[in-house]
Amino acid sequence: MSGMPILSIVTWLPVLGALFVLSIRGDSEFAAQNARRVALWTTTITFALSLLLWTEFDTSSAGFQFVERVEWLGGSISYHMGVDGISMLFIVLTTFLMPACILASWTTIQDRVKEYMIAFLLLETLMIGVFGALDLVLFYLFFEGGLIPMFLIIGIWGGGNRVYASFKFFLYTLLGSVLMLLAIMAMYWQAGTTDIVELLDKSDFPAAMQTWLWLAFFASFAVKMPMWPVHTWLPDAHVEAPTAGSVILAGILLKMGGYGFLRFSLPMFPLASDMFTPLIYGLSVIAIIYTSLVALMQEDVKKLIAYSSVAHMGFVTMGIFTVTMQGVQGGIFVMLSHGIVSAALFLCVGVVYDRMHTREIAAYGGLVHRMPIFAFTFMIFTMANVGLPGTSGFVGEFLTLIGAFQVNGWVAFLATTGVILSAGYALWLYRKMVFGALEKEDLKLIKDMNWREIAIFAPLIVLTILFGIYPVPILDVTAASVDNLIDNYQAAIEAAQSVLVE
Amino acid sequence: MTYPLPDLVPAIPEILLSCGAMALLMLGAFRSKDSTDSIYSLCVLLLVAVGVVVLVIPGGQTTFGGAFVFDEFSRFMKILTLGASALAIIMSRGFFRLEKFSRFEYPILVVLATVGMMMMISAGSLMSLYMGLELQSLALYVVAAIQRDSGRATEAGLKYFVLGALASGMLLYGMSLIYGFTGSMDFNEIADAASLSENKIGLVFGLVFLLAGLAFKVSAVPFHMWTPDVYEGAPTPVTAFFAAAPKIAAMSIFVRTMVTAFPTIAQEWQQIVVFIAIASMVLGAFAAIGQRNIKRLMAYSSIGHMGFALVGLAAGSQAGVRGVIIYLAIYLAMTVGTFACILSMRRGNRMVEDIDELAGLGKNNPMLAFLLAMLMFSLAGIPPLAGFFGKFYVFLAAIEAELYALAIIGVLASVVGAFYYLRVIKIIYFDEPVERFEPMLGELRVIVGVAALFVILFIIYPGPLITAAETAASSLF
Repeated sequence: MSGMPILSIVTWLPVLGALFVLSIRGDSEFAAQNARRVALWTTTITFALSLLLWTEFDTSSAGFQFVERVEWLGGSISYHMGVDGISMLFIVLTTFLMPACILASWTTIQDRVKEYMIAFLLLETLMIGVFGALDLVLFYLFFEGGLIPMFLIIGIWGGGNRVYASFKFFLYTLLGSVLMLLAIMAMYWQAGTTDIVELLDKSDFPAAMQTWLWLAFFASFAVKMPMWPVHTWLPDAHVEAPTAGSVILAGILLKMGGYGFLRFSLPMFPLASDMFTPLIYGLSVIAIIYTSLVALMQEDVKKLIAYSSVAHMGFVTMGIFTVTMQGVQGGIFVMLSHGIVSAALFLCVGVVYDRMHTREIAAYGGLVHRMPIFAFTFMIFTMANVGLPGTSGFVGEFLTLIGAFQVNGWVAFLATTGVILSAGYALWLYRKMVFGALEKEDLKLIKDMNWREIAIFAPLIVLTILFGIYPVPILDVTAASVDNLIDNYQAAIEAAQSVLVE
Repeated sequence: MTYPLPDLVPAIPEILLSCGAMALLMLGAFRSKDSTDSIYSLCVLLLVAVGVVVLVIPGGQTTFGGAFVFDEFSRFMKILTLGASALAIIMSRGFFRLEKFSRFEYPILVVLATVGMMMMISAGSLMSLYMGLELQSLALYVVAAIQRDSGRATEAGLKYFVLGALASGMLLYGMSLIYGFTGSMDFNEIADAASLSENKIGLVFGLVFLLAGLAFKVSAVPFHMWTPDVYEGAPTPVTAFFAAAPKIAAMSIFVRTMVTAFPTIAQEWQQIVVFIAIASMVLGAFAAIGQRNIKRLMAYSSIGHMGFALVGLAAGSQAGVRGVIIYLAIYLAMTVGTFACILSMRRGNRMVEDIDELAGLGKNNPMLAFLLAMLMFSLAGIPPLAGFFGKFYVFLAAIEAELYALAIIGVLASVVGAFYYLRVIKIIYFDEPVERFEPMLGELRVIVGVAALFVILFIIYPGPLITAAETAASSLF
């Protein structure tokens, strides 16, 4: 694929689609239908093109591929894009979830459809950009830019308490990110560049400076991730966002934090990362256990899934900071798997919410009698969320736990209890909603999933099972880059220790 | 003793503008009332023509014995000022027509104020600084109170005049102290004298008063008190004018004075500028939260923005000045665009100024709502909009100068500030619609559109502005 800037095409195609939607004229019903179609086509084509990234990807190389570079702001700040084994799959995950989001909003969104589709298409570009950017300033631009469409999506099309949730989401994330911006500037003056490739090659910030830079980046990623105790925006945002918004939040936006740790914190500030590893372990374990317990207490379906997301992200941070092959690979795998599974769970909630317009767990019960297909789908993803062997959820959690056992047995032990707790809340949720007698009057006429909904879930089910049984395609892609990351990390730590010994 | 005529070429724009303004004044005075419309157009034309002249005359010259400097910095700032004034006149025309208020003096006063601002921008000595500043201020006092029948407008004008006179007094007092201790009014000579003298305490004393006067003109805390009242009281197009051109001119002279006249005592003024910047950013962010009137909101917003621009000056480096210049250029686009939106908030035959009146604009007028929302996000400094780059460059300079506390407080203030911009967006998009506004005037539509497009598309091709700012900044060092 030499010569064709395929990564940029994938990144900017959704913007083109958004402009196209903007130009649609005509009476509202007609325009709305066309906006949906354009959005669906754009996201599908983007997905198809992004698959080219995967097929053309050279898994033996740890370096960046599909690299593009154009002069931009001057002073070595350029439009620099490229992917490696760590970032490529996140782009594919993004493009994969987008058509599902559009389909899931097909009939539920009836108000300001054009604007809705534009917001989602712009959001897609910004999310792909985050994973593709190879310049810190460019990365920050995409990272922060995503706040605008998400704020509007929650605020305009969200539920009852949407204003509060959207403000909380926006301000929390912004607060974390501005400190990262200052750190980026400090890195610019120290290293003379914001180019990620160059910074990865010769990241030799002084140890004291690393500590501050690490903390600034941590502020941003910990909020985004979200880690305990700065996770409180997430349940609010999840609950109030429309279904597709929750899908994107859980599926992609949360992954940006983990990606950031992998891309910046570990390789650029290895000494500080080493120093703060106990902190990360502590917060991860608290997140896993505490939020699982909180999830047990929830009465709102979406809130329960949101807390379970926080717990799963605890496995990710724990795995990444073990800096072992299994831990990091597992962390990436959990992120990808959670991207599919939690997205699917939110879509499941969306299915029943569209029919009943309530998210209260107590309002449901006995759905299996009227909705067998739904019950089946929901069960698969519940099991994947618990981490049942044979589903993609198992592989990632298992790998992170292996990684953790190599480094710190207690952390691994405590984290494992989280697996049990997750089985607790997930199965309890499933029993309450799906099993039991169909007693509620208004549930007696509920209809099972229609073809559109089945079409949304079919690929998600296939992937969940496929990657649970055969995770090699993913692990292959990430192996070389992760290996390189760990080598560099160990080398940096050893170099610093040998200096101390002398 | 003979006095040769100084080289007039660098001052051609000011001369043209003054003569033009006087000619138009004659025209207005001797022609009947129907000439008002044509005077509006002629004033705009005059400003544009002078802008072209500013672009073509060669830079890097001084004249009038060093009192008047025309360098790349002047060129850049003058273009901004002329543009801001021209846009202000264009925006006010429809407003005054709808208000049935036909006064040909208004655009001419704006032009005269512009002459003063250009003098300020080019000032190379304290004398020309003061001349320019007073010419500008006197014109502005009158403009603020131009709607003589309106109690609020006259109150605003009077308040502005009294406080402005106080600031001018402080400025003059500071100048006289500086003159007394250095023996010169010329910026370069002051710099030389300051580096030689052993005891700088008197000079610093004068500097403090000078800074107080300048801070008043850019409406930086703690000399900001007049801003919300004047912004609210003055007719809206006048507020739009106040928010843009005079701020740019005052900030230019602020930068030039500090960088060229006092580089040797940078330590001293940097402390003060850091304090003013922090105070402005923080107050601008917190005080705006409670505002219900959109003009008052914009007043606090402009206080905050001047604080951010001063962050660049506090760095005291070339990168810092570049940041200030970029910031001002982007600020101009955002402010003018926003005020064009505010001028469109009209129901029946009166203006509405309550923020809540914007409710449901997203449904009533999706296009305007979108553009205004983008302007708000940009004012909040959210990437990828232009406002982010303004902040980016000033903070970049602050970090280089190792002013970490300033930078951290600054970005945190910007998060607080984001809250009230978001509130405007919330009202536009999330709230239930109220009554529609009157259809927008054509010229306002164009201005909003161009400003918002600039803000959105800046990211694609930022090169020219940044290069121009770089050149302008380097001419001061």
